[in-house]
Amino acid sequence: MADHAHQLEIFRGLIKFKSNTQKIWGVLLLLTIVTAVEVVLGIYKPEILMSPSMTPFEGGLGATLLNIIFSAFIYTKSLNLIFIVLTIIKAYYITWDFMHMRDETKSLRRLVVWTAVFLISYLIFILLQEGGYIESVYTNGFIKRDF
Amino acid sequence: MNSTVVSTGTEGKTWGGGNQPLKASYGKMMMWFFIVSDALTFSGFLAAYGFSRFKFIDYWPIADEVFTHVPFLHGQELPMIYVAFMTFVLIMSSVTMVLAVDAGHQMKKNKVIWYMFFTIIGGIIFVGSQAWEWATFIQGDYGAVQTKGGNILQFGAYKTIDGETVFKRVPVEEFAVAAHTERTQHQNKNGLWFVDEGALPAFSVEDIYHGLEAHPNILIRTQTINEEGEKTVLSRAESLSQLKTNGKRYVKGANLEVNEYGAPLFADFFFFITGFHGFHVLSGVVINIIIFFNVIIGTYERRKNYEMVEKVGLYWHFVDLVWVFVFTFFYLV
Repeated sequence: MADHAHQLEIFRGLIKFKSNTQKIWGVLLLLTIVTAVEVVLGIYKPEILMSPSMTPFEGGLGATLLNIIFSAFIYTKSLNLIFIVLTIIKAYYITWDFMHMRDETKSLRRLVVWTAVFLISYLIFILLQEGGYIESVYTNGFIKRDF
Repeated sequence: MNSTVVSTGTEGKTWGGGNQPLKASYGKMMMWFFIVSDALTFSGFLAAYGFSRFKFIDYWPIADEVFTHVPFLHGQELPMIYVAFMTFVLIMSSVTMVLAVDAGHQMKKNKVIWYMFFTIIGGIIFVGSQAWEWATFIQGDYGAVQTKGGNILQFGAYKTIDGETVFKRVPVEEFAVAAHTERTQHQNKNGLWFVDEGALPAFSVEDIYHGLEAHPNILIRTQTINEEGEKTVLSRAESLSQLKTNGKRYVKGANLEVNEYGAPLFADFFFFITGFHGFHVLSGVVINIIIFFNVIIGTYERRKNYEMVEKVGLYWHFVDLVWVFVFTFFYLV
């Protein structure tokens, strides 16, 4: 294993570390900064980020399609969207640098990442869609909850 | 007899065996496949949490108001601080793990031992912190009343802090006085031996109602989230009538059935998801300890490779990876 080669570039080659150990500390710094940003945003909750960044489109089929395409910006608070994006960034660096996914073959990488990403996205989509539907039944369906 | 081995004629060809198209050993590849399947289990839990939260989107507890405690800083409200600390501990132990793997590649036994040791310590601190979080959550802090419909009514008062009027919760113990009651706890020695009853609640709804009447500054806060993203506070008259007509029992803390902070489902998911994750951390610590001793007695030194450390490292990083998501979806979003 002594000849094990590590790829030492992150940010598409913008930063190149001299040794694997140095890269590990670099990634730790990155993860710490991202976590710190999350915690600060979570504590202060800036007013400007507390609502979705776009309003829904009104009108016919085109508007519906646009609402679906931009759903992340229309129906999710900007703050939550930022949290989710930062989480995925953290997950990427943990997998790529700590779990050495960067050094694996392309096929192993795809095997693991695509399978998980596809199945998890599907699961999230159906469950959240259904949850939203049930919420609308509770709200509009003459079901009394406030007692 | 020259040879008893049957030659298949495929040696050296693609299907002759011995190929490693993914350039990863069997053990490492299987660890990756296990991680994929485990990731699906965790996303099943988290997506189910999302489902329930979407279902009760306007009534869900606000995590910032639930997890405000830090050890040794009693009575202060510091949301996020302790979880951030836990997250950092886990990331740190991930770093020492990856340093152990790196030292293993260079065949430096003593470095591997020390880094593995720090990883194990980090894991133990994390599990301990999680146990403390659980204990605090189960213990509860203010107490609340559950209504007939299963909703939660919390108590509090407007207070001026730094020139700003804010709603602060008031513990039920502070304004309600437990009246004398003839009702005693049913135990199997004084009643039916095959029936058990949990401890009686410290207050009856009647006691709390009298307390509320006697303290004109105290108001009730419901589960409903208003347009400002805060829980709705009822007026004085509404508070009294709501408690009188709908109050059913006093609850303090959280368990699988009730939760003083709001929806019982919130507590259920908290226990299941962080519990399942904590169990992973615990088993990770145990596996790490086994590998740690193997390193010390020189098993991998004789084997001339430290791949076992790498495999357990993969598992350990995965545990960290899952925590990153739990942290976001339970504490932040």
